[in-house]
Amino acid sequence: MKKLFVYLKGYMRECVLGPLFKLLEASFELIIPLLVASIIDGGILAGDKTHVVKMVAIMALLGLTGLIAAVTAQYFAAKAAIGFSTRLRHALMAHIQTLSYTEIDTVGTSTLVTRMTSDVNQVQSGVNMCLRLLLRSPFVVFGAMVMAFTIDFDCALIFAAVIFVLCVIVFSIMLITIPKYRAVQGQLDSVTAATRENLSGVRVLRAFCKEEDEQGKFEKRSRLLTRMQLSVGRISAVMNPLTYVAINAAVIVLIHSGAMKVQLGSLTQGEVVALYNYMSQILVELVKMANLIILLTKAWACGDRISAVLAVRSSQRDGTMTLESLESRGSVVFEDVSLRYAGAGAESLEHVSFCVRPGETVGVIGGTGCGKTSLINLIPRFYDATEGRVLVGGADVCDMKKEALRESIAVVPQKAVLFKGTIRSNLLWGNENATDEELYAALAVAQALDVVNSKPGHLDEPVEQGGRNFSGGQRQRLTIARALVKKPDILILDDSASALDYATDASLRRAIREMDHRPTTFIVSQRASSVRFADQIIVLDDGRVAGIGTHDALLASCPVYQEIYASQYGGEEAENHG
Amino acid sequence: MAKTEKKMSRRAVLRRVLGYIRPHLLKLAASLVLALIVVALTLYVPILIGQAIDCIIGMGQVDFAALKSILLRIALCIVVTAGAQWLQSELNNRVTHDAVRDIRRDAFAHIQRLPLSFLDAHPTGDIVSRMISDVDTFADGLLMGFTQFFSGVMTIAGTLLFMLTLSPLITLVVVVITPVSLLVANFIAKSTHDMFVLQSKTRGEQTSLIDEALREQKLVQAFAREDETLKQFDEINERLKDCSLRAVFFSSLTNPCTRFVNSLVYAAVALTGALAAISGALTVGSLTSFLSYANQYTKPFNEISGVITELQNALACAGRIFQLIDEPAEAADPAGAPSFDSVRGEVALKDVSFSYTKDRPLIEDFSLNVRPGQRVAIVGPTGCGKTTMINLLMRFYDVDGGEIRIDGHETRTLSRKALRRNIGMVLQDTWLSAGTIRENIAMGKPDATDAEIIAAAKAAHAHGFIRRLPDGYNTVIRENGDGLSQGQKQLLCIARVMLCLPPMLILDEATSSIDTRTEMKIQDAFATMMQGRTSFIVAHRLSTIQSADVILVMRDGRIVEQGTHGELLQRGGFYKELHEAQFAQ
Repeated sequence: MKKLFVYLKGYMRECVLGPLFKLLEASFELIIPLLVASIIDGGILAGDKTHVVKMVAIMALLGLTGLIAAVTAQYFAAKAAIGFSTRLRHALMAHIQTLSYTEIDTVGTSTLVTRMTSDVNQVQSGVNMCLRLLLRSPFVVFGAMVMAFTIDFDCALIFAAVIFVLCVIVFSIMLITIPKYRAVQGQLDSVTAATRENLSGVRVLRAFCKEEDEQGKFEKRSRLLTRMQLSVGRISAVMNPLTYVAINAAVIVLIHSGAMKVQLGSLTQGEVVALYNYMSQILVELVKMANLIILLTKAWACGDRISAVLAVRSSQRDGTMTLESLESRGSVVFEDVSLRYAGAGAESLEHVSFCVRPGETVGVIGGTGCGKTSLINLIPRFYDATEGRVLVGGADVCDMKKEALRESIAVVPQKAVLFKGTIRSNLLWGNENATDEELYAALAVAQALDVVNSKPGHLDEPVEQGGRNFSGGQRQRLTIARALVKKPDILILDDSASALDYATDASLRRAIREMDHRPTTFIVSQRASSVRFADQIIVLDDGRVAGIGTHDALLASCPVYQEIYASQYGGEEAENHG
Repeated sequence: MAKTEKKMSRRAVLRRVLGYIRPHLLKLAASLVLALIVVALTLYVPILIGQAIDCIIGMGQVDFAALKSILLRIALCIVVTAGAQWLQSELNNRVTHDAVRDIRRDAFAHIQRLPLSFLDAHPTGDIVSRMISDVDTFADGLLMGFTQFFSGVMTIAGTLLFMLTLSPLITLVVVVITPVSLLVANFIAKSTHDMFVLQSKTRGEQTSLIDEALREQKLVQAFAREDETLKQFDEINERLKDCSLRAVFFSSLTNPCTRFVNSLVYAAVALTGALAAISGALTVGSLTSFLSYANQYTKPFNEISGVITELQNALACAGRIFQLIDEPAEAADPAGAPSFDSVRGEVALKDVSFSYTKDRPLIEDFSLNVRPGQRVAIVGPTGCGKTTMINLLMRFYDVDGGEIRIDGHETRTLSRKALRRNIGMVLQDTWLSAGTIRENIAMGKPDATDAEIIAAAKAAHAHGFIRRLPDGYNTVIRENGDGLSQGQKQLLCIARVMLCLPPMLILDEATSSIDTRTEMKIQDAFATMMQGRTSFIVAHRLSTIQSADVILVMRDGRIVEQGTHGELLQRGGFYKELHEAQFAQ
């Protein structure tokens, strides 16, 4: 959390002036009991009406200046807190952009979203309240004590004692309850999880007749929650009565010793009233301070979580080579590459080697979880190989500038995702400066012209978040077009045609082959029909290369490929179509 | 929620709430009595202090005997108050948390009995938020209502009473000026409302951008769009900064402003009180009591107005929970239903009709006879209603007309559990429970041995990847199996059924995201598994179901063709079309 304070820089003026004005207001409040004392002693007891009016007028004036000071303070506090959170959010977003896939996997997106939204909001209100109250409450508490000392030394000692006792009560109760409340929150989360799971798995749970088990599990968690809530409630319920007793006991002692001093003439009635009034102020402020501290501990925890995200460093170091210095743009070479994901138990790719010349079409095929996506993720350096080298255009990807590398590669991921905006804004992701002609050319190759033409807005048709207003097949073709707008040296289709029917899939592949700047194309698929016409097919089995070659060669020599082929075409069809 | 639902009237909600509180009525009554004691004594203490002050008029004028008895009374008051306060909050906590636990228990139990038609039509998040955050808000409101509403009203009434006995004139001053503070607070709240709306709208906009950008961060990087994304983000961030500043600043004016009004009240009391004291109508002690009342008096007003919104909110939340609890449950299982053991698996559908919505008929007059051990395949384009058959067989939904018999028993005469225990199901939508891999596989048979579990996993071809997980069979997976691939999740779902093979099977597109090669291996295992078991298979790859005994071809929710693979090809209808589309080059 401490590291986050740099984002307050530039708001130094607000951070100083805010609390200062707050203190000004507080010191006005501290003067009030003195005025009341003066009204009693100099006004009532002396029978002086003008003195009363004068004192009351000062009171009202202090109230007004207090208001102005407070408003100023609130403004500075709000300005600093909001400026702080705005910068913090910016810094977080900018930082997340620099993280590599490995870090994003480890931290998790939903965590990142929470950090950027609710955690930042908590910290913002923490900073705001801190500037407003953190100085004010102790100031009033100790100010009241100091004022008491100016009135009477002995009586002021009572103040010192009661402040100490109150602090002990308030803070020990807080120290005990804060972790307990955290545990309650954790238990509530577990009750939530039980409910959510019960609903999302309702069919399976009912099919397995698990209703009673689920009810039992839920009730157990819910009962535990109630027990925890009661136990923490019992402790925090002690706070009010105890502080009430402490402060009023002090009042009794105060009045009693005050009475003796008045009897001797070293104290006036008005001064006793003033001391009593100071006592009341202490309690109010102490309770405020306790609440503030709870808020601050929460905000501090949020701040720590944010700091943790900011502390995550990308595991990849950027290279320096640009596209101009490449020997053969579009070539891809894997030299004995292995990949093990962070935290994984086994390697996802083992000793993979192959060589692709510019303009070739490469099929990648294999079973579920065999490493197809892992393999193509290494080409744009989404992950770094744990062993071996990946060469693109003749250069090790780790030596290249990431931006340059990714500029030359277009990936169409498995999940077709479009962003909120228009069709055009989505396509321009590929190339900010593409003309409409270029966009239409890409759409034509991607077999997506009819998608655009069927929409009334054509290129300007709005796209909702996640592309909800397009069907799966439409989204997939648009994401392919988006990649083609880039005019990449290397095009990677990661199982991107799965929502297309066989005919569209075939036309798409033909159109790519016939492009002017024919890119090196990787086609990842589970369908043998999608890869059978490739220049070479890489067959993966459990992270290892089971065979590389053309369709005919593999059919003759690679048992894994034979199995895949047979499983899709069946015995009879394999002969007819093969 | 759906338009058919009526909002419960507030009175009805209140009655239901009281129903949950009824077992605690005694505690509640005690709590109210205690509140009364606390309020009365808290208000009495300033008067006593005023009297004490009047005992110490000046040098040599202190009445120690009277002072002593007053101070003793104060001590007694504060001890009793403190005790009553603690006891009251303990009682309130118990009533609230017990009532909340009971409501949650009833709601959860009711969910177990709600028909799938309701659960399918309502998003999970909505029901969860009723169960958790609505109940919590309700609890907070209830607790606050108990502790603050009653006490607040009592405090105001008590304060007025005490003040009137001291001095009607000064009371009038207080009563006239105080509402100003409420008006000011109200005015600020109203005028900042729009700013808060704008702030939360902008926040929402920013959150959805963050959500989108972070969720697709990999894509952002693949297209090197980092700078562009940040630019978009900053644009909203700056707007948020402006409207947040306004909302936060203006709303933070409430406290200083009400404090200012209060200080005016204080000054007015001091003025009128002091003048009255000079003319001898008031003692200094009474003035002191008055001043401390003036400080306290406005507090319950602000609290009560907060409590009222809180209570309204709580009632609205309670209404949403009761609405859920009041949803009609599934028809109860018939009494004396047969135990339904050693099932052969003969399934007969007779004149079955069913639709999800009344105005769109789906299945009409459908009949089918399946002999024990037969394989029935259901095919058709996506969204044609294939899963409807599964819903009916499992009695997730009940037929509208006609009947389904298993081994001659009409399924509605059986208990749902007996029926479901005899059917093994693998759904397209793979769902795994939070817990270890082992627990997930053993879901249908919690007492299974390790050997049985491993055998099932091997049969489902899941053993290989499970072994490679960090902790093997003890690897803890989160709900929905985050971290596992779709294919792996399906393999686990298959293993789950493999472990306790019932006489009938339902395989709903179970193999859709497993690659064809693994699928082929699973098909082998399935073939053994289906041996002698009546099976219903929903598949979208026609190659996998060619050996089925009956193929049902569905289109737009209707069964358009029915027969074996050969028969259907010969007929040259929709099935043939589907079959050919698959091999188009």
